[in-house]
Amino acid sequence: MTENAGSTSTAHASTALPGGLYGSPLDGPEGGEVQVISSGWRLAVREFADNRLAVVGLAVLLFFLAFCFLGPLVYHGNATNADVLNANLPPSGAHLLGTDEQGFDELANIMVGGQSAFEIGFFASAVAIVVGTLYGAVAGLVGGFVDGVMMRFVDVLLAIPFLFIVLVLSTKYTGTVVSISLVLGCFSWLIPSRLVRGEVLSLRTRDFVLAARVMGSSRTRIVYRHLIPNALSVTIVNVTFLIADSILVLSYLGFLGFGLQFPATSWGDMLGGAQAYMSNGYWWLVYPVGACLVVVVLAFNLVGDALRDALDVRLRRR
Amino acid sequence: MENALRVTNLSTEIQLSRSTVHPVGNVDLAIDEGETLGLVGESGSGKTLLALSILGLLPNGGHITGGSIRFNGRELVGLSEPDLRRIRGNDIAMIFQDSLSSLNPTKSIGEQVAEPVRLHRGASRREALARAVEVLDMVGLPHPKEHLGDFPHQLSGGMRQRVMIAIALSCEPRVLLADEPTTALDVTIQAQILRLLDDLEQRLGMATLLVTHDMGVVAGRAKRINVMYAGRIVESAPTEELFRAMRHPYTQALLGSIPRLEQDARLPLLSIPGMPPDLTELPSGCRFAARCRYATDQCRAQEPPLTGDDPNHVFSCWNPVDGPVSAQAPVPAPTPARPNIAVVQEARQPAPPADGSSPLLEVVDVVREYPVTSGAILKRQVSSVKAVSNISLDVRAGESFGLVGESGCGKTSLGKLIVGIEQPDHGHIRLNGREVFRLRGGALKRARRDLQMMFQDPYGSLDPRMRVNAILREPMQIQGIGSGREQDERVRTLLDQVGLPLNALERYPHEFSGGQRQRIALARALMLEPKVMVADEPVSALDVSIRSQVLNLMKRLQAEHQMASIVISHDLAVVKYLADRIGVMYLGKIVEVGAAEDVYRRPAHPYTDGLIKTIPVPDPWIERKKTDVAVHGELPSATDPPSGCRFRTRCPRAQAICAEAEPPLQRFGLNHEASCHFPLRQPEPGHQAASATG
Repeated sequence: MTENAGSTSTAHASTALPGGLYGSPLDGPEGGEVQVISSGWRLAVREFADNRLAVVGLAVLLFFLAFCFLGPLVYHGNATNADVLNANLPPSGAHLLGTDEQGFDELANIMVGGQSAFEIGFFASAVAIVVGTLYGAVAGLVGGFVDGVMMRFVDVLLAIPFLFIVLVLSTKYTGTVVSISLVLGCFSWLIPSRLVRGEVLSLRTRDFVLAARVMGSSRTRIVYRHLIPNALSVTIVNVTFLIADSILVLSYLGFLGFGLQFPATSWGDMLGGAQAYMSNGYWWLVYPVGACLVVVVLAFNLVGDALRDALDVRLRRR
Repeated sequence: MENALRVTNLSTEIQLSRSTVHPVGNVDLAIDEGETLGLVGESGSGKTLLALSILGLLPNGGHITGGSIRFNGRELVGLSEPDLRRIRGNDIAMIFQDSLSSLNPTKSIGEQVAEPVRLHRGASRREALARAVEVLDMVGLPHPKEHLGDFPHQLSGGMRQRVMIAIALSCEPRVLLADEPTTALDVTIQAQILRLLDDLEQRLGMATLLVTHDMGVVAGRAKRINVMYAGRIVESAPTEELFRAMRHPYTQALLGSIPRLEQDARLPLLSIPGMPPDLTELPSGCRFAARCRYATDQCRAQEPPLTGDDPNHVFSCWNPVDGPVSAQAPVPAPTPARPNIAVVQEARQPAPPADGSSPLLEVVDVVREYPVTSGAILKRQVSSVKAVSNISLDVRAGESFGLVGESGCGKTSLGKLIVGIEQPDHGHIRLNGREVFRLRGGALKRARRDLQMMFQDPYGSLDPRMRVNAILREPMQIQGIGSGREQDERVRTLLDQVGLPLNALERYPHEFSGGQRQRIALARALMLEPKVMVADEPVSALDVSIRSQVLNLMKRLQAEHQMASIVISHDLAVVKYLADRIGVMYLGKIVEVGAAEDVYRRPAHPYTDGLIKTIPVPDPWIERKKTDVAVHGELPSATDPPSGCRFRTRCPRAQAICAEAEPPLQRFGLNHEASCHFPLRQPEPGHQAASATG
């Protein structure tokens, strides 16, 4: 690989001193060999793997994904047909976590609820991050008056109590996974847009963006080729927190009775349903699903924290 | 006699998560009271960590693995933290490089200077503040009493550095460690600070360790110089002897690679190939062997000991050299291997401006002011920073024009105006007679091909998320030039021209050293075959030994590609090496312009003269002869520049008229103009310069 590069410079050096002086190489290319260092992403993965809690969090998430999406293939519980005769049974061999007031198998219900939690979490955060990143990148790059107007709009939206709006909207529309994700997504892009704007504000004065402008690059190209890839670490970290938030908000909605339409269910719906039986000692309606909710949200937060540490060069421990 | 500070056989290491760095290995040095010891090395040579280990301030994971540090006979290695704390800042003090990050932004400077006094002397607040006034006065801060309540951001860089020195001196230390005390400062300020350090050292009788990468800074000051390379001291000798009769090839090459003002710019600079070794995996033999032209198998296998016939002059080399390179090797003629260079270089000799031939690039009466606003919402313009004021210049095809000036003089703004990152408020910028940046859309995009820029910071100018291949292709992709195959071919050609291996294509910028990145940036600027390339401080972020590589390369490629360039730098020596003509900028104006050699040999403007005199020369005999600081004071604010001649506030020749009337440009020879009422030379009579606008 190096012979090619060395050829011009050796010709150049032949009349100079025997070697080494006057910019000529001893051997190899004039600019020196390139050291092979692991890529930034690989360093980040290494850093992430060094964080025990994050690995545990990731394992928990993988477990829950398998549990919710593959579990129903193994554990055939009744989560669709009301069966009043078998309502509110305590855990037993037939129903590992008991049944609820409609006679649905609690464990099967947790799996179904988990599916919707993950689907809505991922989908809502995807909507939020795409909208937020583009909005923030454009505001940051254009700057000036446009930036002022765009960001004040975000401030206004942030000042509106978001849960009320979501509640109002969810009474108007039937609660499907897609509609709830869109509603959540439409309200959670605000924070990512601010983060991305801040990042872009500092990126756009960096020399490589100026260099692209000197080359005649259009703004669109600068946004897609330079600003967004460089702001990506910020957004990736934010996605994990967004998913956790969406799962929590979904559970609020379900708890308040504005959740998903049957047969889909969410953990919030289940907790809301269990509310009436709290005093009856039907613990299996509350603790398992509550624990799932807490553990999944915690796991996402742990992974998010670790990602931030791994991707932010300033926090990296070398 | 007991040395004030004696370091013997000191080694340190820093434990990282997966590797161990050995920044300092078997270092010996000794300083006596009232003496300055120079410690010279490139970045990463371990010189700062050596200073930090003396104070016991190694970063996390770092510790001393062997050797001893004796302060006035007292062993510091292994001392308990409370004992060390009593010595730090009290007996041994340190001046850090970056005064902005080293001072606490939330405390007033009075408190910060008083703090060590209160800690170590148990003084009351009032006594400590009185002492602060005394020390601030000693370091030359004007009206120290009034400035006690100021915060660091309210002071200029030079004044902050004075405050840093005041903090270090507040407890009258016996040993002062000055780590690159002037590197972040302008040359005129640097000269003042160095003079101050000299004075203080003589008055207070301290032992000073002057750590720097700049041979010029230590040349006139240090009694002895230690040269450090990759964690080892490779040569140690009295200053004069080191400059006259160095024995280590690294010292020889380092001194030879510094561009000198008096040097013949047609010859390539000496340079050290390659880069310093990685301090985690050190070679078993001599650490310099891989870059040394005298290296033999013995050098690669066995590490040379630090010895010498004269115990006063020791070096670690198996094949020592004898004295500076010019004395033993005849300077080779420009390489006939590339005949086109010689031809082009001859053609680039400053030609008299033939009437009617229009210059390639014309900058006419350009003004750029940045508004200063107040108020968060209704941005009221209160004043403006006059970055570029009525500047005119022209550059001919193939010519290299140098812009030199201190930071804040508007030279970078002018560069950005020329490549169209900024728009001028008034005036015209024409390329081939056409006002490029009044164009719109596709025409503007095409016109941008002719004007490319190379940036100062090699870390910021390449997108960290793109591979080198994508970085180099980008200009052609944006401009829609050539097929994929043609782009690929051109990328390979240019990569070869800038001397990088082909495997660089698949790598990301962070895998390259600073010098290599600057090579990539140069290749990228050349991708579009520009007619003019603006290079903004192309080498100021690089180490001395790498700097000359990049300078040689830039010079060679400019000739090969037959383009014009505008080189912007604060370093007159760099500009003079690269440029045919030089423009000296001061506070938004060009005060003198002329052929490089002419401006240097026969400066007409007092500012140019001052700049030339203040540049530290790596030559102890010249440096020792400098008795006075040539330019006094600080650069005035660009929001409110002085009336009349802007240099008058710092000019030794200023008289009443300088405040009233702006001096016109006068001719001092062919193509040589300067604007001064009291120039250092007689202007050519009857010739008011044709372009008497600046």
